[in-house]
Amino acid sequence: MGVMSPPLIQPTDKGLYCAAGDFYIDPWRPVSRAVITHAHADHARAGSDQYWAASPGLGLLRRRLGPNGLIHGVDYGAPLQFGPVAVSLHPAGHILGSAQVRVEYRGEVWVASGDYKRDADPTCAPFEPLACDTFITEATFALPVYRWPPVASVARDIHDWWHRNARQGRTTMLFSYALGKAQRLLAALPAEHPGPIYLHGAVAPLTQDYRDAGVDLPPTRMVSEAPKEEDYGSSLVIAPPSAAGSTWMRRFRKPVTGFASGWMRIRGNRRRRGHDRGFVISDHVDWPGLLQTIRDTRARQVLTTHGRADELVRYLNELGLQARPLATLYGDDEDNA
Amino acid sequence: MQEFAALFRELDEQRGTNAKVAAMADYFSTVEAADGAWAVYFLSGRRLKRLIGPMQLRQWLADVSGLPGWLVEETHEHVGDLAETIALLLHGSGDAGLTDDRGLAVWLEEEIQILRELDDDARRQRVTAAWQRLDESSRFLYSKLLTGALRVGVSQTLVERALAQASGQPRPVIAHRLMGQWTPDGDFFRGLFDERSGREDASRPYPFFLAHPLEDDPAEALGAIDGWQLEWKWDGIRAQLVRRADAVHLWSRGESLITETFPEIEQGAAQLPPDTVIDGEILAWKETVLPFAQLQRRLGRKRVSQRFMREVPVRLLAYDLLEADGRDLRDIPLERRRSWLEELMTGIETPLMISPRIESDSWSDLAGLREQSRDRGVEGIMLKGRDTAYGTGRPRGPWWKWKISPLTLDVILLYAQPGHGRRANLYTDYSFAVPDGERLVPIAKAYSGLDDAEIRRLDRWIRRHTRERFGPVRSVEPVQVFELAFEGIAPSSRHKSGLALRFPRIARWREDLGPGDADTLAQAKALLP
Repeated sequence: MGVMSPPLIQPTDKGLYCAAGDFYIDPWRPVSRAVITHAHADHARAGSDQYWAASPGLGLLRRRLGPNGLIHGVDYGAPLQFGPVAVSLHPAGHILGSAQVRVEYRGEVWVASGDYKRDADPTCAPFEPLACDTFITEATFALPVYRWPPVASVARDIHDWWHRNARQGRTTMLFSYALGKAQRLLAALPAEHPGPIYLHGAVAPLTQDYRDAGVDLPPTRMVSEAPKEEDYGSSLVIAPPSAAGSTWMRRFRKPVTGFASGWMRIRGNRRRRGHDRGFVISDHVDWPGLLQTIRDTRARQVLTTHGRADELVRYLNELGLQARPLATLYGDDEDNA
Repeated sequence: MQEFAALFRELDEQRGTNAKVAAMADYFSTVEAADGAWAVYFLSGRRLKRLIGPMQLRQWLADVSGLPGWLVEETHEHVGDLAETIALLLHGSGDAGLTDDRGLAVWLEEEIQILRELDDDARRQRVTAAWQRLDESSRFLYSKLLTGALRVGVSQTLVERALAQASGQPRPVIAHRLMGQWTPDGDFFRGLFDERSGREDASRPYPFFLAHPLEDDPAEALGAIDGWQLEWKWDGIRAQLVRRADAVHLWSRGESLITETFPEIEQGAAQLPPDTVIDGEILAWKETVLPFAQLQRRLGRKRVSQRFMREVPVRLLAYDLLEADGRDLRDIPLERRRSWLEELMTGIETPLMISPRIESDSWSDLAGLREQSRDRGVEGIMLKGRDTAYGTGRPRGPWWKWKISPLTLDVILLYAQPGHGRRANLYTDYSFAVPDGERLVPIAKAYSGLDDAEIRRLDRWIRRHTRERFGPVRSVEPVQVFELAFEGIAPSSRHKSGLALRFPRIARWREDLGPGDADTLAQAKALLP
């Protein structure tokens, strides 16, 4: 065997680090140079000196990081140079502005996926498969029971459910992750709404960021600006899961509640959440999508972050791929974030 | 099959009881009689005997899905339910809209019951072909039927209400028709819709009327004491003795026939006039009542030896008369039923005897008597309105059970394993231990008592503080203390601690206590009667 060179990207106490280019990917502590995959809180943290991120997500990232720190917007596919290391960002299909980070050094290519999905989503650019030697993949839903139904059919179920509730004069309360999924649901809902769509205060500004970035979404109103006499009887209200059971809920009379999440695929989770309905919709890759993506990258080595890493690693090993989990501090609890 | 699967899904999703009843009533009104009969069979909690074991199903699932066996197992552990794992892992023509539209009864006859007669290879072919032909919801239901573990989250009362709505018959009539042994076929289902017949099946018991727990002070809540008939609350098995048409049937509250378990009661019933139905309590008895643990030794035996009958003798203490001379007495006031019962029981010998009334002329006097419950081997006091009919269900108002406060121990969490149904893939079944010197001795298991938020929090704690895993069971760091409440404590040779607790449940999570504050084995033994 020849001399082993250190891995191009390694976990450190501050985050995934590329020593050859002296930058971090989604660091969880402040660093001088951070490349960000997307604006979710467990990936984009404030305090670093300089950030690089895909241009479509800049608005969201500014909102997340606050006024400090210099943010460089980068077009998808545009070349960046960190010392001798070539870096480019490519669509990950997770949320608006989400990116995979392609890192090339001395002919070796690594891709860090961040979070991603392969299903259709009109609110962001579709995932772009990249050939690489090493693929760092998320594994949030890496078990074979996680196979997503077509989004259009889930959206139709939500739509029918809203119509039925509206006929009974009851508010339809849909809990969903505030960034990404809420906007995707809005875009996927069929036309002919039985009433207005209202947004919780945590969802509304992020939705405006989407519109500002040119994403076409149906008209919405803010609950905080609703007229006094509004009874929400025919409304759809989209709110983050944390609003369930809060005093904020008191303004709605007898709401019918639903929860949109990949975890809703499991009956025990659906029932335990105590909502009337669970809708299976996720911005993470499902099992078939994960395996397809690994094949698409033709990677020799697969490193996993988030969630069900052990099973995926063992499965890939049995398929003859080198695979191992990477220690990271990203959340694996998409809907509690 | 699809219609029942759709009903199952709806019952699973609906939270309100009225919505559940409406969904079932809709289904019963339109369903084919034979399918409806099987639906009633499953909805009322009856089950098929297991047809195929989980090991075999997992093996077939691995074969058909092309996944390695260990991944099927891990996935099963994650999902928490094998039938659901099968439903979610596979994807066949049934999911693509090419559905098999045979009804539930035909499925049971042609695809499920028939499996008992086939060899392994033929079973495998039939089952895996069925998985392909069904859609996800039906595949779940079908697999649940194979494992014999189908549980639907509706109570018997709701099923009765739905059938009453669909048939236009009063609910007590429906309840009566659903009791006892029946064959789920079209005739049975059509019979549920019939006008009430003069003579219903002679073996059938009446639905048991249940008492509501009393939490308030009776002096404030129940008015004058002389409006109430007072009895001890026995700690035995509630039973109905049905003596009709020269035959005797003894029914437990779970609607199982227990006549053969207690042959001396069957013989004793020969003293009663024909067409008599008595409601009462079976107790182990030697001069006075014995602890429930003794009675428990008699349960679940089909054949009882003379020697064992002498070792643990039993009695039936009668407290209500539901039928005399073939006449249904449930609508006449309790006071009159009681005097009729006392007259009937005069001269009747053991093992039948009447449950005595408690004489007490004030609530404060009665409260004093209640404090003696544990010494008397009873669980507290029953309060029954003198003018009450023998109704159905467990309404608030007519009958109350005024139980003594439970015993408690502070114990340490030692093992956890996942629950079932809505608690699958969540650690909800706990084993607790008490210190005995340096070692920890398991003392009880408990499943209930925490709210959903506490269960989730404890689940996360368990996952982070696991020491070892044995299949689905995890041992955890022995530091969490819980207050365990229970109804009784008895010596036991089957438990490591030498103690068996009755109805243990978690009273509260004592996060204010450390393992050093837990009760010891010696302290637990001091509670023995």
